[in-house]
Amino acid sequence: MDEITVTVNGRRRPLQGATAHTTALDWLRDTGLSGSKEGCAEGECGACAMLLASPADDGGTTWTAVNACLMPVASLNGQEVVTAEGLGSPDALHPVQQKLAEAGGSQCGYCTPGFACSMAGEYYRADRVPAAPGEEVCEEHGPNGFDLHALSGNLCRCTGYRPIRDAAYTLGSPDATDELAARRTRPAPRAVPTDFEAGAGRFIRPATLDETLRLLRDEPTALLVAGSTDLGVEVNLRGRRAPLMVAIEQLDELRNLTITDEFVEIGAALPLSDAERRLGDRVPLLAQLFPQFASRLIRNRGTFGGNLGTGSPIGDTPPALLALGARLVLASVDGEREVELADYFTGYRQTVRRADELIRAIRIPLPLARVTAFHKIAKRRFDDISSVAIGFALDIDDGVIAAARIGLGGVAATPLRAYATEAALIGEPWNVSTVRAGSAVLQGEGTPMSDHRASSDYRSLMLGSALLKLYSSTVIESKEVSA
Amino acid sequence: MSSLADRPANPVVGLRAPHESAALHVTGAAMYTDDLAAQTAGVLTAWPVQSTNAHARVTVDVAPAYEVSGVVRVLTADDVPGINDAGIKHDEPLFPSEAMFYGHALVWVLGETQEAARLGAEAVQVAYEPLPSCITVREAIAAESYQGIARTVARGDAAAAMVSAPRVFEGVTEFGGQEHFYLETHASLAILDSEGQYFVQCSTQHPSETQEIIAHVLGISSSQVTVQSLRMGGAFGGKEMQPHGFAAIAALGAKLTGRPVRLRLNRTQDITMTGKRHPFHISWKAGFGDDGLIQALEATLTADGGWSLDLSEPVLGRALCHIDNAYWIPNVHAQGRIAKTNKTSQTAFRGFGGPQGVFLIEDILGRVAPVLGIDPAEIRRKNFYRPGQSTPYGQLVKDAGRLEAIWGQLVDESDFAARRAEIAAFNAANPDTKRGLSITPVKFGISFNFAAFNQAGALVHVYKDGSVLINHGGTEMGQGLHTKMLQVAATALGLRLDQVRLAPTRTDKVPNTSATAASSGADLNGGAVKNACEQIRDRMAKVAGRLLGVDERDVRFEGGFITGLGKFDQRLTFAEVANASYLQRVQLWAAGYYRTEGLHWNPDLMQGSPFKYFAYGCAASEVEVDGLTGAYRVRRVDIVHDVGDSLSPMLDIGQIEGAYVQGVGWLTLEELRWDESDGPHRGRLQTQSASTYKLPSFSEMPEEFNVRLFENAREDGAVYGSKAVGEPPFMLAFSAREAIREAVGAFAPVGHSVELGSPATPEAVFWAIEAARTAGSASAAASEATLNRNTADVAAGRSPVGADVPALASTEV
Repeated sequence: MDEITVTVNGRRRPLQGATAHTTALDWLRDTGLSGSKEGCAEGECGACAMLLASPADDGGTTWTAVNACLMPVASLNGQEVVTAEGLGSPDALHPVQQKLAEAGGSQCGYCTPGFACSMAGEYYRADRVPAAPGEEVCEEHGPNGFDLHALSGNLCRCTGYRPIRDAAYTLGSPDATDELAARRTRPAPRAVPTDFEAGAGRFIRPATLDETLRLLRDEPTALLVAGSTDLGVEVNLRGRRAPLMVAIEQLDELRNLTITDEFVEIGAALPLSDAERRLGDRVPLLAQLFPQFASRLIRNRGTFGGNLGTGSPIGDTPPALLALGARLVLASVDGEREVELADYFTGYRQTVRRADELIRAIRIPLPLARVTAFHKIAKRRFDDISSVAIGFALDIDDGVIAAARIGLGGVAATPLRAYATEAALIGEPWNVSTVRAGSAVLQGEGTPMSDHRASSDYRSLMLGSALLKLYSSTVIESKEVSA
Repeated sequence: MSSLADRPANPVVGLRAPHESAALHVTGAAMYTDDLAAQTAGVLTAWPVQSTNAHARVTVDVAPAYEVSGVVRVLTADDVPGINDAGIKHDEPLFPSEAMFYGHALVWVLGETQEAARLGAEAVQVAYEPLPSCITVREAIAAESYQGIARTVARGDAAAAMVSAPRVFEGVTEFGGQEHFYLETHASLAILDSEGQYFVQCSTQHPSETQEIIAHVLGISSSQVTVQSLRMGGAFGGKEMQPHGFAAIAALGAKLTGRPVRLRLNRTQDITMTGKRHPFHISWKAGFGDDGLIQALEATLTADGGWSLDLSEPVLGRALCHIDNAYWIPNVHAQGRIAKTNKTSQTAFRGFGGPQGVFLIEDILGRVAPVLGIDPAEIRRKNFYRPGQSTPYGQLVKDAGRLEAIWGQLVDESDFAARRAEIAAFNAANPDTKRGLSITPVKFGISFNFAAFNQAGALVHVYKDGSVLINHGGTEMGQGLHTKMLQVAATALGLRLDQVRLAPTRTDKVPNTSATAASSGADLNGGAVKNACEQIRDRMAKVAGRLLGVDERDVRFEGGFITGLGKFDQRLTFAEVANASYLQRVQLWAAGYYRTEGLHWNPDLMQGSPFKYFAYGCAASEVEVDGLTGAYRVRRVDIVHDVGDSLSPMLDIGQIEGAYVQGVGWLTLEELRWDESDGPHRGRLQTQSASTYKLPSFSEMPEEFNVRLFENAREDGAVYGSKAVGEPPFMLAFSAREAIREAVGAFAPVGHSVELGSPATPEAVFWAIEAARTAGSASAAASEATLNRNTADVAAGRSPVGADVPALASTEV
């Protein structure tokens, strides 16, 4: 087998001393690059953020900020990353480093290398466009087009963030001599088929989908890995050491985004950030969901397939996808089958997916319902796990609810469709009394429990509140239209 | 020697200096303790075996660990040559035979790799013989489980004043703790050098005490141990007392194996093993006049100390010294006690009990103001200390007039009155969304209550080439202390900032140091650095005077040059004079020393003048609350804060902003939940990771954030006229909590007293809104009954539905 190498800050480095479970962060630190820090080891704090050269839509390269603590370093075979040390040096600061230092953006400095990388990812974002003079700046964006959500996966305990925001909002654009900017015009490294066995495990990156499916058939213990944003946490916090990991996030068949007359098809391993960018407002319910799904650092790696594949009852995509009536395309060596998402979950972290199957794509039928919304209740506004999450998709014709699909998360052992509420709404006029009655039914859906996130009573009441909020937002919108 | 507070012409203090390590921080070149370990050859990793029982006698079988490949040694109590204790109170066995909390480290495994150490720890067998446990402070009160010395602060005759007060209220105030969540978890790296000296790098705020604990565990003298604190990735008090045991484990491992040993807690270990901010349970009674002036306060404060004393006694002491906050309370009787519970041993955390004391009085004022029919802002201002008044513990409130001045400036600059009117109009027009704008003050005493800690040392070297290297006893945790010390040294020696270098903090340079804590780092160490520099400067002035032909008293040091008064044509470089001094055999280095004068404190009487001065500030926060979910946002914050004449304005503003946001985190978001059930995981911390314990992220940053330093604020009692800044602004966050209370109150009829759980999570706010709406939909009498029934639950931030909790309320009696 060819030697496994990773290009770090422009230099190729062999993967010495690593096992199949070694994270990119631990490996970087072992190679002497201690700028990347471990703050939480679960993708919450971003102190380990680095830039990964990933394929851009135009065939070039995007510098994508990712959490090094969550990625098996073996998954970086043949890839190219840049850490804070590679952005600049104390004698020659990178523009983002210069701004952070000047603004007082570092106090203890421990989170700072990660902030610098997240900030650099946004600095190099090809479609970051400064506002024209006098143009209204949209919320959470700087006049230079900097999207503050790029920093949503980075925690700072010292500054209170204001100076970091100021640094971000005063960044200019890369100049002609900027090597990382120039690098964007050349293609990203291709996926390199890998079979790496060391320590108590084996990491395989198959070359093709067919090879992947055969592997799934032959190796019942194989664990599918896409963005590794969930597995990485298991590895770091719970000591999980899967004997065989099969990486699928670079398979072309799992990264498509196609729109036909009948459906929107999203590849199961397309990073959520890519789906977010490419869909734009095409699916408004998803456009509402994306900013509330974890953080930019996680969305840069996390996938729909992964969020559904774990079968978690508190994933954020199922309530939205249930409301959209999504279907999953499951693939095996025997071919493909389609499953209604509503039929997919069978129990706590249990699904109808067989061990020899993978989720290839998610299909969202068209046309879309006209009234949609995603409500997430959590302690923190962004990057928190939901206490409850609700997806709504209603069709209202001439003031009457013609169709309704409501997806719920966090209220049972699986994500749920709120069938009783849907039935209570369909055929009724879209008015206050219907909504109040529907809200009462919705409050009784599921069997929410009390835990450290929320009490069961609060969870139930929030279900009811969500419908009231949806109604009041549609009323405000219609007023705005008529005005 | 010049006076402590005087500044020379063109001082370097007062300039807007970036953090001295900023360029290292942003490039990842700044080294932290475990970064050093990553670059140390042959280093072993230590990993704990943690208790899975809240309270139990334990029997540990370590033999299976040795079956694991790569395990080198398991450290147990039998290995301790000195004292098996991690603290100074001798109530914290380093290797316990009795597990005192869920997560308690019992033994430590040393492995060639982290993986080997982890698997070795998994292999260790622990047998538990369970014992009764207290998890909540209420359980501890019921079981009368206390520790340490109870204290009482008293003035006047509170009982008599209560009888005569026209309006009397009583209630219970409870609030949660707070995890420090420094981004860098605890870390130590111990090496036994060729000369038998232990060199321990440690992420510690208190290197001298870390040194002492290592020495007593190893049974050796302090002179055989050197501790260095290079820089910390945040500390906030969490590394004042807590690192000692970990450093001792690493040093013991180095002794037994002869190899370097690193110990770095991962986040789960750090959060489940180390102490946090003390939660408090406070029952109180307060008497007011109809004019809103507080006449009497009686309170019993119970601090939840966790399993051992740690710093609980001084934390409680500071809480008792801050129940007045900025207010004159003529008659006070406040007793404090420390509950012993089977949880982590709670410890120092920014404010050190101060925030807990301030919580009480702000909570009382926020609750009673609507009932008294007085604007909360007005009731606060009315009760301010006036010049000449003293605290309940007998200290004159120096510069009390600054409270009124700062308040007035803030009211003007925040456009308070106009925005209040806008908010009233907004609230009238929006049934499901309400806004609140609240203004609160802080007065915080500066100095360690324990007088002996108020001393510091420094070591300053001037080399022949004129370069300067300074060393002092304070530690850098991100607060910018080193930057300020460089500014102080440059000012004292008349140099440019870039002409002074600073070496890491270590116990073989400056001995017997105090913890860098109590906001005192710059005051104490700045005094010592200034003293050392001035000794050298005065000696150099004699040499320069001879060279310049002027009297030494007419020599001036400024901008790297040395001149004589009136000698316009002649100037010497600092290097020239340094070299000349050497040749004339004049000593070019000095040990500096500083002690804060005039302090005294009697802990038994809880009377004295423990503080050199008070730091003042006021904040006005505006929030918007969603009535359907309880979610809220901080829309705008304005702060005017008194840092004296700032040593370093950008750093000071950074401290104020960071403290405010951290305080808002404590009061609104950060929630420690422990398993209080009788199940198998009783006592387990349920929020033990970044995904379940949420700290403020950029989304909690106020949308508009205006911070101004109070001007012309010279403090005569501190270095170059400055004031301490680390802790006081933390308490400005009460303005956000009070603003939420006002917004919630807007859902209720006028006069409704809002009781708000703490932390005021969206759920806690939602229940407060439900209570407010209930008050609005029922008759006043009926609603009060409902409110009473729900109060205890609301205070705990939980659902009142179906709960069976005795009635508690801040009702008027």
